[in-house]
Formats: sequence, C-alpha cells, structure tokens
Amino acid sequence: MVSVRELGAAVALTALLLGAGVAWGHAFLERADPRVGSTVKAAPSQVRVWFTEALEPAFSTLEVVNQSGDRVDRGPARVDAASPVLLQVSLKPLAPGTYRVKWRVLSVDTHVTEGDFTFRVSEGR
Amino acid sequence: MASPYLAAALAAALALCAWPALASAHGLAGKRFFPSTLTIEDPFVADELSLPTFLHLKQPGEGDVPSSQFTNISGEFSKRIFPNLGLTLEGEWNLLDPADNRRTESGFGNLEVSLKYQFFTSAVHEAILSVAFGWEAGGTGRRKAGAESFDVFKPAILFGKGMGDLPEALRWLRPFAVTGVVEGVLPTRSGNKTFVINDNGDLEVEIEKNPNVLHWGFAVMYSLPYLQSFVKDIGLPAVINRLIPLVEIDINNPLDRGFAGKTTGTVNPGIIWAGKYFQLGLEAVVPINERTGKNVGIRGQIHFFLDDLFPTTIGRPLFKW
Ligand SMILES: [Cu+2]
Repeated sequence: MVSVRELGAAVALTALLLGAGVAWGHAFLERADPRVGSTVKAAPSQVRVWFTEALEPAFSTLEVVNQSGDRVDRGPARVDAASPVLLQVSLKPLAPGTYRVKWRVLSVDTHVTEGDFTFRVSEGR
Repeated sequence: MASPYLAAALAAALALCAWPALASAHGLAGKRFFPSTLTIEDPFVADELSLPTFLHLKQPGEGDVPSSQFTNISGEFSKRIFPNLGLTLEGEWNLLDPADNRRTESGFGNLEVSLKYQFFTSAVHEAILSVAFGWEAGGTGRRKAGAESFDVFKPAILFGKGMGDLPEALRWLRPFAVTGVVEGVLPTRSGNKTFVINDNGDLEVEIEKNPNVLHWGFAVMYSLPYLQSFVKDIGLPAVINRLIPLVEIDINNPLDRGFAGKTTGTVNPGIIWAGKYFQLGLEAVVPINERTGKNVGIRGQIHFFLDDLFPTTIGRPLFKW
C-alpha cells in the first residue's frame, strides 16, 4: 500500500520534472498596470496586478491609497474569472499625485505574500 | 486503484482547510524574500534541501603538509519541527589531492546536526533573528579525508535585515539586504595525540591542537526581484529579473591553543537565480590571505524550496504549534 505522503511526494516530483504548471509556490508580483514606480499622464481607471501564481479570491486583497492614506479605490478587489493570476480594482477619479498600491494575497498552496508599490499621476496634459 | 488518489486529494483539501491564511515560508519577512546563501548559514527556519553544494579550492600547505586541491561536495536537509524551530542535517564528501606525490584521499566528512530557532521576525523592518546550536558528530566521517575524531559544538546567532524601510529618497537602496552569523566553533578535545612511525623507523608522538574558533560572516545582496516588484519596474527581461547578486564574507578567527590570530577567510562574490521551486547559485571563492589559499576557487549550489514543492507533506512543519 502506497502511503498518501509517498504518493503526494511522487506526484509533486513528477510535476516538477515535467515542468507542469501546477499552481504551487509563493505568489509574487509579476507585473502591474500602472507599472511599479511609474509616472502616468492620464489618471488610470483601475489598477491591475498579475501574480506568478493563481490566487485564492477569498483571501486576496488589493487597496489603493493617496498620500494622506485615504482609500481611492472602489473596492473590494476581485480576482479575474478568466485569469486567476490577475487581481484588479477600479479607482475613483484620481487627482495628480502619488498613490500607493498595497496587496496581500494567498496563493492556492496556502502561502501568504504581501507587498506594495507606488505610481504617480503627473500634472501634465 | 482510485482510492490512493482520492485519499491524496482529500488530504490536500484537508490540509488547505486546516491551514488558513498564515502559513509562513522560507526566507520571507514582510515583502522581503531572502534567498538561501551558499557560504554562510541562513537566518531563517525553512523546509529546504541544498543538494549539492560544490566547492573547489587550492589549499596551501602548512609545516610538512603539502598544498592540495580540495574538493567538497555537501548536502543539507532542513525540516521545520514547529513553524519557528527547524532541524538541519548536513553531510559532506571531501577529496584531497596533494600537490606532491602522496596519494589522493577521499571520504565523507563528519555528520552535522543543528537546531535553529527563529525567535524574531519583523515584517515592517524585514528583519529576522535566530539562534542555532550545531553538533558535528566526531568520528562519523573518514579521518584521512579531514573528519575529526571528536565532537564539535557550534552555538550561533544569526540575523537577516532587508532595507525596504529606507525613506522614499533612498528607494533605489531598498533592494539591499544583509544576512549574517556569529558562531562559536568549540571542539570537545583540546588536542589529538597520534603515534606515527617516522622515516627512521622510530615511534613519534604528534600533537595536533584544536583551537576554539570564532566563526563569523555576512552576506550583502541586491535583489532585482525586489527592485522590479516593489520599487520600480525597469523592464528587466524574464531571466534577469530573478537574479540576486551578492557578496559573502566568511571569516574564522582561532582564539587559543597556539592558533590565536591565525585568521583565515574568504570573500565570495556571486549570483543567485531564484525560481519558483529551486534556486541556483554560483560564487568565486577568493582567499583573504595566503594562509587560506592561493588561488580563486569556485562554489556552486542547487537549492530546493521544499515548502513550495511539497506544501502539504514534507514541506510544512511537523507540528502546527
Ligand atoms: Cu516557500
């Protein structure tokens, strides 16, 4: 009788060797729109963040705050139905200034990761 | 035949339910991911496997011991007992190839067991503090391949600190992080007596002294993943954006028994590529003085993140707490 543990290990190892897209591992930020640390001319209507792993929607959050710490998003954020690695939230109209995006996500392997970054909306037309 | 699969799926589902949003993991403090360093010990407790670590270095001679080509292949397996308490098993194999015509010696080094307790973690300051206690089991390796016949105890303090809490004006420095270790290497025997027959056929007593050693080291690294994800996306291509260049300093200060002041050490510049399930590292091994070595050596490592490979089985603590 093969034990559950052995079986699990064998399955995981096989997945690794085959390079199969098993959604384990920490969810790290892959890219974002607006881009991390960027300056944009037009105020964006939403923030989208792509992660390296599929997310658990119930435990994944994304907030956007202005320099005084007030929320400027129209939360809650949602995981895209078609692409479980994409977390997005729509925004209130943004005045020029610097905004901070804060995220905390749970990947499907139960590992929590968190992070934040800023982007700037410039004065220019 | 479906039942074991069903059982595995059930176990995985159960593990997921029983493990709410709090599973910490290898080398994370806040948003900082600390890679596993190649030369010095890591400050964090994790489920991980380093196999193999490869080291090649030309060792200088001392007294009547000739210089030699030294190759070391080691493996290290770390297992979390509790989320903050881990056990590490280490084994190594050594090859000594003397410069003169003496025969090549090879064999296993002593086994080492250590316990590490990560007692402090700050997410905001990306800081980790831990204490460890290592025991090198004398006589478990081959004497001629450099394994001592006595036990060695190694109490240590370790730290990790990311610079993510620097002010906005210094944001380009935020990807920097430092990890370090200060360790006592305490042999349980002050000296070894060995009886040898010399060239004239007479019996001679050789006494080899085993000093207490203060071992310390640190690693300075600049994380390109951190830069890309948290500071500024500068558009690095896929492979580059997972690189972490680093320099590791590793120093041994013998304290007594005739060895005081005879410092040895290496400076190890290199690079780590951190993937999803494993990381690859490569370093140059530069001796700080003639006593340590004459030429630049090389160290390479493959390191597996067991918590990500096997999150529901061997990759998690034995006890939740
Ligand atoms: Cu992990």
